[in-house]
Amino acid sequence: MENILSVRGLTVDIPLAAGTLHAVRGIDFDVKRGETLCVVGESGSGKSLTSLAIMGLLPKQAQRSAQVLDFEGVDLQTASNRDMRKLRGNRISMIFQEPMTSLNPAYTIGDQLMEALLLHRKVPKPVARDRAIELLEKVGITAAANRMKQYPHQLSGGLRQRVMIAMALMGEPDLIIADEPTTALDVTIQAQILRLLKDLQRELNMAMILITHDLGVVARVADKVAIMYAGEMVEAGSAAEVFTAPKHPYTRGLLNCIPVPGKTAVGEHLGSIPGIVPSLIDDVDGCAFRSRCDEATAQCASDIPARISPAGHLYRCVHDYDMNQPKSGKA
Amino acid sequence: MLVYTLKRLGLALLVTLAVSMLSFALLYLSGDPAAAIAGETANAEDIEAVRIYYGFDRPWVVQYGEWMFNAIRGDFGTSYYFKLPVSQLVAERLSVTMLLGVCGISFALLTAVPLGVAAAVRPNSIIDRIALFLSVMGQAMPSFWFGLVLIVLFSIKLRILPPSGSDNWQNFVMPTIVLGYYAMPAIMRLTRAGMLDVLGADYVRTARAKGAGEFRVMFKHALRNAIIPVVSLAAVQMGFMLGGSIVVESIFALHGAGYLAWESIGRNDLPTVQALILVFSMFYIVFTFLSDLLNAWLDPRMRVG
Ligand SMILES: Nc1ncnc2c1ncn2[C@@H]1O[C@H](COP(=O)(O)OP(=O)(O)OP(=O)(O)O)[C@@H](O)[C@H]1O
Ligand code: SF4
Ligand SMILES: [Mg+2]
Repeated sequence: MENILSVRGLTVDIPLAAGTLHAVRGIDFDVKRGETLCVVGESGSGKSLTSLAIMGLLPKQAQRSAQVLDFEGVDLQTASNRDMRKLRGNRISMIFQEPMTSLNPAYTIGDQLMEALLLHRKVPKPVARDRAIELLEKVGITAAANRMKQYPHQLSGGLRQRVMIAMALMGEPDLIIADEPTTALDVTIQAQILRLLKDLQRELNMAMILITHDLGVVARVADKVAIMYAGEMVEAGSAAEVFTAPKHPYTRGLLNCIPVPGKTAVGEHLGSIPGIVPSLIDDVDGCAFRSRCDEATAQCASDIPARISPAGHLYRCVHDYDMNQPKSGKA
Repeated sequence: MLVYTLKRLGLALLVTLAVSMLSFALLYLSGDPAAAIAGETANAEDIEAVRIYYGFDRPWVVQYGEWMFNAIRGDFGTSYYFKLPVSQLVAERLSVTMLLGVCGISFALLTAVPLGVAAAVRPNSIIDRIALFLSVMGQAMPSFWFGLVLIVLFSIKLRILPPSGSDNWQNFVMPTIVLGYYAMPAIMRLTRAGMLDVLGADYVRTARAKGAGEFRVMFKHALRNAIIPVVSLAAVQMGFMLGGSIVVESIFALHGAGYLAWESIGRNDLPTVQALILVFSMFYIVFTFLSDLLNAWLDPRMRVG
């Protein structure tokens, strides 16, 4: 099937007093209709900036560039403001990381939901209202008609995020970008909301980019996985491959961090990979993971080209890593 | 909201009581009222007769009670100078003052809000600098001086506006500008600060993500939130303007309540001064009260709590 979104060589630079922050450093990926791409990476790896770059909603000072940034034949780099407006909320929707602050405190839930449709379709208000109520019910909000009249401050975080999801669906988008839609929420609600998103995505046959920290989630919903590290996509491929045959030491580190039932005590700090991410200000030479990598060699200080595994998945590491024959004998 | 309203109302009533006592006390603070009425040539006996005639010999509390009771019914006594009911005098002049106040606050809002929004949309741009300059000027220039500059410019040099009087709309142009310009800097800076704050808010990004156009984002989503404190500031300033137009009205000889106050002070016409002080303070109190209500009404978080 045709790719709905194609990204090649996407970069986002932010000029700061100390120099230019290369927050996103040349990433490539594709998403097809009906497919879920999960983007995983530590805090600060550039996941949100990547989504905002696709939406054309980067902070003012940030600069975006790409070789390819194509949404169904539309070049998002050259699209006019007007064309971008027609896409946003209509064909591409985004659910933000911050449910508490993403709704306008001055308007009712109903107003804000209906606006998402009325901006793009010439439909009578009652039609928009019915659709809003229908979607609120679909995202599991009871007494939807009453909720329509409420203001954001009257709703809990979980409800607000459901409203945000309903809002993103108002225009029946072809692509939905969900940026850690559950991190701000209670653990019990997290699973519900993710299941909901996945169901809706299947039902409406949308493409979905789901950004998350949670590899457990990825294992359940992803068709494809992209691992981001320090603004780069260090590994990307089908979920099955990335999980069963991770190539990049960082990916393997992450997979080792997944809590194992019975072995990981409740509340125990989830094992994270020791070390810190290098500064992305000014040029970054060689592999950015070098300082934390057990398998680093002298070669790692030079530029690391992207490599394709025999099974067809992409990774950026000098080693031709094979799970069955660990080179360093550690792993 | 009801509890909030009642609390504010209670506060407003308390302030009113305090102010009324002060304006009553004015009668005695400015010397012996009987002597003032009797005139310079009166002897001690005349003064005593006046004192008894006007009831100044009775206890304070009784006099205050009577004065308040009458004031509530709209009777502020008789003007020493005009020998007319004070209420009638004040009512006649108040319409001019209110018109000036409405014009002044409208002028201030219509210039300050768009300028504040424009300045916030492009911080440090030319527009932002012009806005800053205008606001610093507005703060630095005393009203009477600005008024005189306008008179020199438009009435004496260009001869397009009358320097004084209150007969037709041309008389109101310069007073409106002077009065409005006085309120403009604060409104503008509050609008600018509020917009700057709000433009970085997540919900503004949400509005853009929905596909809303820039104009809609600015005015429907951002300004609607940034304007809440501005509206209440404007209401307070409106109350202040209705009482504080004394300077402006006297420069332009605009026959409003402020001008009457200025004249009456000069004439030692105490009942009129008392009434005006009470009325001016009431405006201030009422508009401050309204501002609180408006604030709560505009902010759903306060309305439905
Ligand atoms: N407006 C901004 N100004 C300056 N730096 C920024 C800005 N937005 C993001 N950054 C920086 O860019 C980098 C990537 O940020 P981004 O928000 O994309 O991370 P993320 O992967 O979404 O992290 P998280 O998981 O915490 O959401 C971070 O180092 C961040 O500090
Ligand atoms: S390139 Fe070198 S440093 Fe980077 S992940 Fe591979 S082995 Fe480690
Ligand atoms: Mg993020």
